Amino acid sequence: MNHQITRSTVLSRTAGVVALLLVVALAAAPWWGSSATLHLIGEFSVYLALATLWNLLAGYAGLVSVGQQAYVGLGGYVLFSAALFAGVHPLAAIPLAGAAAALMAVPVAALVFRLQGAYFAIGTWVVAEVFRLCAAQLAVLGGGSGISLPAQVTKQLGAKAVREASIYWVALALGVGCLVLVWLLLRSRIGLALTAIRDSEIASSSLGVPIAGVKYAVYILVAGLTAMIGALISLQKLRVSPDASFSVNDWTAFVIFIVVIGGIGTIEGPIIGTIVYFLLREFLADYGTIYLLLLGALAIAIMLVAPKGIWGYVAARWGISLFPVGYRIKWKD
Amino acid sequence: MDLLNTIVQGILVGGLYALFAAGLSLIFGVMRLVNIAHGDLIVLAAYAAMVVVKATGLHPLASLLLVVPLMMAFGYALQRLILNRTLGRDLLPPLLVSFGLSVILQNGLLATFTADSRKLDGGALETASFQLAGISVGYLPLLMFAVAVAVIAGLQFLFYRTALGRAFRATSDDAEVAELMGLDRARIYGWAMALCLGVVAIAGVFLAIRSNFDPFMGPGRLIFGFEAVIIGGLGSLWGTLAGGVILGVAQGLGAEINPGWQVLAGHVAFLLVLAVRPKGLFPRIDG
Repeated sequence: MNHQITRSTVLSRTAGVVALLLVVALAAAPWWGSSATLHLIGEFSVYLALATLWNLLAGYAGLVSVGQQAYVGLGGYVLFSAALFAGVHPLAAIPLAGAAAALMAVPVAALVFRLQGAYFAIGTWVVAEVFRLCAAQLAVLGGGSGISLPAQVTKQLGAKAVREASIYWVALALGVGCLVLVWLLLRSRIGLALTAIRDSEIASSSLGVPIAGVKYAVYILVAGLTAMIGALISLQKLRVSPDASFSVNDWTAFVIFIVVIGGIGTIEGPIIGTIVYFLLREFLADYGTIYLLLLGALAIAIMLVAPKGIWGYVAARWGISLFPVGYRIKWKD
Repeated sequence: MDLLNTIVQGILVGGLYALFAAGLSLIFGVMRLVNIAHGDLIVLAAYAAMVVVKATGLHPLASLLLVVPLMMAFGYALQRLILNRTLGRDLLPPLLVSFGLSVILQNGLLATFTADSRKLDGGALETASFQLAGISVGYLPLLMFAVAVAVIAGLQFLFYRTALGRAFRATSDDAEVAELMGLDRARIYGWAMALCLGVVAIAGVFLAIRSNFDPFMGPGRLIFGFEAVIIGGLGSLWGTLAGGVILGVAQGLGAEINPGWQVLAGHVAFLLVLAVRPKGLFPRIDG
């Protein structure tokens, strides 16, 4: 044997250690950060999670959905309903929202999976619009104008500092959790199938990859997790409304831009994209519409010049991977 | 009588939806492109008409003489400069580029024209109507419907009776073989998009006369057009008219029951068709 098969490299082991230290430092943020810092990192985690999930859906399973806001909004509305009408503790309602959305995704998938490619994208958008319009009909949850979480429910989360810290930890856990989950998933047997589907649907199907089954499973898993994030968002904002909770711009357009800019079909892409997105936002958000114009133009430019995004370019140029999912052959001399 | 009235008005509104859908169906047929910015281009045409009307004092319908060629030129350039570069085996690039374009158009219109909702003044045409069997039929909706029928008939003629239409069909069937036969694919796609935006211009002006519009109306129009395409059956031009009519009637009936259900009823009709006849009601027969 003059060769050895490994999954990790020096770089990836270093990246793993750095990531671990970073997560520990971030988990301690309630002790060293201000309320504004917690809010910013919490928001970062939310976008990291949404981007990671959309990347799994579109970048690997080939399901380009423009309707993930359906599950973000659904998660928020399930949390509010559970907390208001069934007295469920708001944090306990988060997994409940995930389960409800995963259940809901079964019939939705049966419908939208009848559409192919780009028509699938708009079909998912229609479903999200149906969810939004139905939410606007729910008079008990404020109808078209939405509703704020009443004080007696907010109190269950403790005093202000405790509430902020616990919502922050849930955000961090979901952000890191989604990333780790997708990473582990891609290293598994299903991940191999997904990577094969990403590279060529026809070839993977001829090798016996059960494409339809894998796609269904991924769609339902992503729907459930997206709804958990949606439930968390409703806690961060302490409010749900049809227009904000089911916003295509906030929960899908930005997420798509993040993934495209960072690099679609890679684990690292959404991380890089989220960092770029937040940097751009910090410097340009004051310009309002100009900022969105720039974001749209940047996404188009990346798609035309480097369709694999920033990380795709780096990975192809230097052959590196921070969170490897494949195997490498190492030759001994 | 109320019910009959609702149905008649719904059918006539369906003409407008068919105009939204025809362009979408056309470019999908020729190059398998789904343009997410389609609705925003309709709104862009509405604003272009507004600018023309303000500058020249023309009637909005007369402004079409300028807006249609302008939008066609824009479509040709857009296709040649940007969209052609995204077409290939991968579905993602055209989808994401047109998504970016949609965001750019919305915010560009917002920055130029503010978020105020506008409307074009169609003059006496807007309110004029005649009585037909006890139902009041407006001239504007009737004209809209007639124009939709004419546009679709025109496209149908162009597709099946002209050299350009033959080039469209050949490229649609097999782009590579069509190129071997000496067709310039990039130019043909450019012409298809120009034609599509010509239809979009007509749709945009009727939209602007019929109701208020603002920079963020695009996605909603895209969805109506898309629903009409799927209800009617992919690849069928007359199908888009049927799809538009069904959508218009469903929305009318929904609004009759509860004003909040107007758009929802259209979506439900679409989902029902998708559940029962996923290929649409009048699919093109392949082969």
